Amino acid sequence: MMKLLTTSALCAVLPLAAMAADKPETLKIGMTTFLTGPASVFGVPARDAMDIFVANLNAEGGINGVPIEVTYIDEGAGAEALTSEFRRVAQSGGAEIMLASISSGNCQTIAPLAEDLQVPNLMWDCGTQRIFEENEYDYVFRTQGNATSEMLAAVAYLLKTNPDFKTIAVVNQDYAWGRDSWDIFHTALEVMKPDVEVVGEFFPKFGSPDFSTEISRLQALRPDVILSTSWGGDLDTFVQQSFQRGLMNTSTFVLPLAESSLERLGPSLPAGHIVGARGDHYFLHPERRDDADFQSFMEQYKEATGDIPVYSVFHASQAFAAMQAAYEKAIADNGVDWPSEEQLLAAFEGLEFQGLGRPLYLREDNQGVESQLMGTSAQTGDYPFATLENIMIFDGDGLLPPIGETSIEWIKGLDASFVDTLQVETYDN
Amino acid sequence: MNLTIFLLALFDGISYAALVFIVALGLTLIFGVMRILNIAHGSLYAIGAYATVSLTGFFLALGFSPIFAFPLMIISAVLVGMLLGGPIEWLLLRRIYDKPEVLQLLVTFAVFMILEDAQRLVWGTQPYFQASALQALGNITLFGVTYTVYQLILLPLVAIGLLFGLRFFLRRTVIGKLILATTEDREAAQSIGIDADRVFLFTFIVGAVLAGLGGALASPTTSILPGMGADMIVLSFAVVATAGLGQIEGAAVAALLIGLGRSFAVYVWPEVAVLVPYLIMVLVLLIRPQGLFGSPVARKI
Repeated sequence: MMKLLTTSALCAVLPLAAMAADKPETLKIGMTTFLTGPASVFGVPARDAMDIFVANLNAEGGINGVPIEVTYIDEGAGAEALTSEFRRVAQSGGAEIMLASISSGNCQTIAPLAEDLQVPNLMWDCGTQRIFEENEYDYVFRTQGNATSEMLAAVAYLLKTNPDFKTIAVVNQDYAWGRDSWDIFHTALEVMKPDVEVVGEFFPKFGSPDFSTEISRLQALRPDVILSTSWGGDLDTFVQQSFQRGLMNTSTFVLPLAESSLERLGPSLPAGHIVGARGDHYFLHPERRDDADFQSFMEQYKEATGDIPVYSVFHASQAFAAMQAAYEKAIADNGVDWPSEEQLLAAFEGLEFQGLGRPLYLREDNQGVESQLMGTSAQTGDYPFATLENIMIFDGDGLLPPIGETSIEWIKGLDASFVDTLQVETYDN
Repeated sequence: MNLTIFLLALFDGISYAALVFIVALGLTLIFGVMRILNIAHGSLYAIGAYATVSLTGFFLALGFSPIFAFPLMIISAVLVGMLLGGPIEWLLLRRIYDKPEVLQLLVTFAVFMILEDAQRLVWGTQPYFQASALQALGNITLFGVTYTVYQLILLPLVAIGLLFGLRFFLRRTVIGKLILATTEDREAAQSIGIDADRVFLFTFIVGAVLAGLGGALASPTTSILPGMGADMIVLSFAVVATAGLGQIEGAAVAALLIGLGRSFAVYVWPEVAVLVPYLIMVLVLLIRPQGLFGSPVARKI
């Protein structure tokens, strides 16, 4: 008996002795985010939030006693500066894990680079669905959904709330996201509601300061629904100009990224338009707003920035939670003080974690499964800006293609019954 | 294309052209007189917009009526001209008038970069929106399409006013004649007692005020955010180059051409709307390298 115990103890300890890493003084992480340029409307809030997450965890003693130190890399400096900075932070900077990035283009550049450098990388905010559909990665994980789940939730919400619309027009930014998101949305609409007519497709240039002509044209066309997946200053300008000229009284707007503009738009986003949040991200999340951790973060964030948090803050919380969960899982599973890289990577397999929204998990292809929150704008007077009512939170599982299939091909095989197969919870506000 | 659509595109094109013209006017004035292509013009435009938004927000919070936004636009534009335009000419440009054009271009480009970062320091990176002035004037409906009075009527009126005002000022007033004389031949003007330094300073301030005014007038219609200056300088340069550098009336025609081209493209072939201003510029420059109204003398740039 004694012999058996010793043997099994040895068997358990031996591989660990070979694999466990020394506990570092600090856990260095690198995060790419937009600190300059138009996308800093997402990047700066995410950085501010990250500072809070790191300070909170370090106050509790960090991960297994190891405090966290984060280095930020500006995505606004361009792809070349980004890759060289990424390389520097991951190699000579000694970062054990990287969080990159916001821009889909940057994610596509960084994913193979992280694989080359053999540094675990969490794609924390970029939308493109192509990453795991076109390639396989061992070091790259996505701690959020992707464009497919986001657009399908928007289509599903539209079909559930406005089942009778006949015409639609689109006004998207002229770059990869604007084109790809319309591609997904349009393909889904064609199979789920084939009788809808697309009466106008506009792709004004990215950063366009004026949509007056498009708005005149839309007023002449009078579509039932106007879709825009624009964000930041472009979305603000488009909504403001549409509001000023009464276009929002005659058409229902579908704005899958408008959660991030609610506060800035103020009274200019009238009631009755569809708002999305790139996941279940909303400062009044109906399932989370009464939780202590959610409330205390909202207060901390308000104190630090004076604003309400937008979706990129939630995405940062998810990446941070995934990182913490992976380290803790690897430490517990292997009974070590600090995991080796292999142990850490193994811990990401099927990892479950929870940021400020619902719990998420990683699929076998390293894609995160994230619930999607959609709602309708309402001006209640409780805030000086629009909040959401008739909120639906779609379960993320049904919104992604099976592993190994590409989104567009999968969507082409769907039909009108798809919307009824989705798991959804509905809340009045 | 029926008549309604034609008229709608015409209205959109005119109101867009009006705004572009106001900004291009300052750029072409400075070039015409001083022979300097001022890239920092784009920053002055952006700062004019930011200043208007901040001032308007401040005064509205104090309980002033929204109509008060209009004088604040003019105040912002004048502040931009005096506080930024003046020192730029006096401290920097004055030293490089006899230096190569490339250096002049680089210096104004450097000022542009510095001012872009200064904006970020002062106003941050989040977009601002302040539309009180536009809302105060209300809407007007034509052929079932709602326009804002501000864009459809006020902006073109201001543009026309500035065009004729500047023409009158240059040709009929003493200071204007001094400016024209200095433009014609700086040394000869100095030899008859014109203080060319003061003429240049004054011209640059007027140009900077026009840039700031463009930004101030644009502010109620668009999000104010980093990078807006870069877009505007490219577009107004296209207008100025199409017209012929230094051509004030030409800039009005070129702005109309580009504005109308763009709005008709949105109706007919939206995919190329972005390209239209530059296509027009390329076509014009291929046929007339000196621009529509430029005289074919050797230019510095």
